[in-house]
Amino acid sequence: MSKIFASPELALKDVLSDGMTIMSGGFGLVGNPESLIPEIKKAGIKDLTVISNNCGAEGFGLWMLLEARQIRKMIASYIGDNKLFEALYLSGEIEVELNPQGTLAERIRAGGAGIPAFYTRTGVGTIVAEGKHTEIFDGVEYVRERWLKADLAIIKGWKADPAGNVVFRKTARNFNPNMGAAATVTVVEVEEIVDAGDLDPDCIHLPGIFVDRIVKSTLNEKRIERLTISE
Amino acid sequence: MAWSREEIAARAAKELKKGFYVNLGIGIPTLVANYLNEDSAITLQSENGMLGMGPFPRREEVDPDIVNAGKQTVTELPTSSYFSSADSFAMIRGGHIDASILGAMEVAANGDIANWTVPGKMAKGIGGAMDLVAGVKKVIVVMEHTTKAGKSKILKRCTLPLTGAAVVELVITDLGVFECDKKNRQFNLIELAPGVSLEEVHEKTEAPLHTEGFVQ
Repeated sequence: MSKIFASPELALKDVLSDGMTIMSGGFGLVGNPESLIPEIKKAGIKDLTVISNNCGAEGFGLWMLLEARQIRKMIASYIGDNKLFEALYLSGEIEVELNPQGTLAERIRAGGAGIPAFYTRTGVGTIVAEGKHTEIFDGVEYVRERWLKADLAIIKGWKADPAGNVVFRKTARNFNPNMGAAATVTVVEVEEIVDAGDLDPDCIHLPGIFVDRIVKSTLNEKRIERLTISE
Repeated sequence: MAWSREEIAARAAKELKKGFYVNLGIGIPTLVANYLNEDSAITLQSENGMLGMGPFPRREEVDPDIVNAGKQTVTELPTSSYFSSADSFAMIRGGHIDASILGAMEVAANGDIANWTVPGKMAKGIGGAMDLVAGVKKVIVVMEHTTKAGKSKILKRCTLPLTGAAVVELVITDLGVFECDKKNRQFNLIELAPGVSLEEVHEKTEAPLHTEGFVQ
């Protein structure tokens, strides 16, 4: 059975529904599934729980799902300069669960690895630890955090082969491989679909077992948030 | 003359020992990179998944897939490596990073730091800051000594939601260098910026400040 789909629209066919939980890869605007997000907007599904480090930027990425009010709850770590996200958060119009970035990453990793909870130093003594179980190990206090799983992960890779083995590019890797392992259905968009044998088996970042569907990206804007040049 | 932002960054760079793995936050901390050279053998980690960060690119070198945690375009070095967010925070949480230099809105004499939100007014999010202060061996705060309204940012107790409790080791501001003495719930003055008097620093510091025996 081929994992390769002809278009982003077809790659998301039959997997979208109201109220579902979606993980979306990327750090800032780097490594975002740029071609898949607009298809979720088009499908018009709502009451979504979205798990992603950020929530896009004006006109880009997950921002468009915020703008269309398709997101009921956002699990993220950083708001940054996303004015719409900040306003919706401060007004309480959408539910936001802010996580420390490393805790977010580890919760996702744990979800993919079948580990329901883990302990971390991060957040001890802050509001992040409020209402959570804490425990002392070797004289130090840790807080217990739960795994995160999703119905669907949409992630961005660089190259994939027909078996679904994926290679990411530079800092566009970020949350993508962790999310790829933590969802019931993982859809990967890549810049290039290569033939079997073209990827070095020693250099696979996300093995094909985690990947259900592959599609070639139709959008690769790769918008730069802060172009910084050395003189 | 108190220190400029650049001078604060230059002073912070002196705290980094040869061979250190270091994570730099956004703002003044980013400027610290300008004061490191090959001899200092410092490796910069960026929590979005890069170890061995190079300088900002020349225009023709810009690659949108290479950014630092502040989303600025950067370059790679011959020894750079890339990894997932989970692996990145294993480095941070696992105690493998020697120093974290980050900004703050408030720091307190008990080592508490607040730098992520002003409830009801501003929310930039937590980002990697909570993991960094909890997991990195040495936490150095660089910031202006007072707010724009002239209020001390070095306090007895933080008033804003915390980023971490009892984690700060050293604070470098435009007025000087202050060691956080958690046991005695005070800051010890280590160094004054040129032209700053003991009187001024006392006046602008709300936290107990130990300056006895300090010689400029």
